[in-house]
Amino acid sequence: MKLPVTALLCVLASLAATPAFANNPEVALSIREHRFEPAEVKVPAGQKVKLVVTNHDNTPEEFESHEMNREKLIPAGKTVTIFIGPLKPGRYPFFGEFNEKTARGVVIAE
Amino acid sequence: MLNSAIIVFRECLEAALIIGIIAAATRGLAGRGRWITGSVLAGLAGSLVVAAGADWIAGLAEGYGQELFNAGVVLLAAGMLAWHCVWMSRHGRELAQSARSVGQAVASGAAAFSALGAVIALAVLREGAETVLFLYGLLAGGEQSPLEVAAGGIAGLAAGALAGYILYAGAVRLPMKAFFAVTNGLIALLAAQMASQGARFLSQADLLPSLADPLWDLSALLPDASVIGRTLNAVVGYRAMPSGIEVLFYALMLAAVLLAMEAVRRMAPPAVPAR
Repeated sequence: MKLPVTALLCVLASLAATPAFANNPEVALSIREHRFEPAEVKVPAGQKVKLVVTNHDNTPEEFESHEMNREKLIPAGKTVTIFIGPLKPGRYPFFGEFNEKTARGVVIAE
Repeated sequence: MLNSAIIVFRECLEAALIIGIIAAATRGLAGRGRWITGSVLAGLAGSLVVAAGADWIAGLAEGYGQELFNAGVVLLAAGMLAWHCVWMSRHGRELAQSARSVGQAVASGAAAFSALGAVIALAVLREGAETVLFLYGLLAGGEQSPLEVAAGGIAGLAAGALAGYILYAGAVRLPMKAFFAVTNGLIALLAAQMASQGARFLSQADLLPSLADPLWDLSALLPDASVIGRTLNAVVGYRAMPSGIEVLFYALMLAAVLLAMEAVRRMAPPAVPAR
């Protein structure tokens, strides 16, 4: 019992000690009438990127991406920050779960 | 209406499957129905509070309140599930051996089962809050009538409850010996899944590195959005493209639970009544 707990604490401690990157590239996204603007964003591969998403609608939305393992609620009229990556080069679709038909976009890492 | 039913179903599915597993794992215990119902109601009440306070939570901790809140909820649930597994590894055999001694086991294990009640409440709280916000958005958007929104919500909820019931009904049909192994195994996997979800939220807030994103890609084989993918996600935490940190937390939690169960089993062999 002691050994795995100690091992877990060691791993957690080393992870916590990982320095956060000071200068993450920042990408802004807007939600208007249940659509993402722009619907396609390019980000550098291999780097942590800060997605700043503003919901201009008067209804909440949930940013979700299976490919990027992200899920975050964006209350009406609010701006939230979501860290993504570092991503391997490729296309990573995302969508607004509450308005899946219209709210769709893709992050292209290159 | 169909759209809203599908989304409500998705949000409910995870909580419903968790309730199904826990209801099966506590089969035959006196007063079980009452505390499961109580936990669901407590979770629902909590979800209304969380939904109402969503703006406030989102603004906490420099905008990462939501991640910290969600990580706290799932990690708390993970700890309680792990504790239950360890407790069961000591008392499970007694329970399996004699359905009559169950009443006694409940008395000594009341704390362990109240932990499972808390897990139900936390699952309902988290998924419920998202559902409430979604339905509120539909009403505020004004594109659907309140009647349509309510009908969609009820249909989705009913479908989610049915999925949970099917899992429960399947589990209770297992023979006694396999039953405890399967339900306890499912609870151990739930604990691992909750730990990995916690890691995902902390990595989203940049408090943990993602390590590799994704670590592997099975989306061509079994996408997350498919019915099987979603069900496996809710039951065992399947994800087609997990990040390294999620996989690490999953594996560490599962290993810790299994090792602790084994250690407890060795330390104190349960009293087996001679027959």
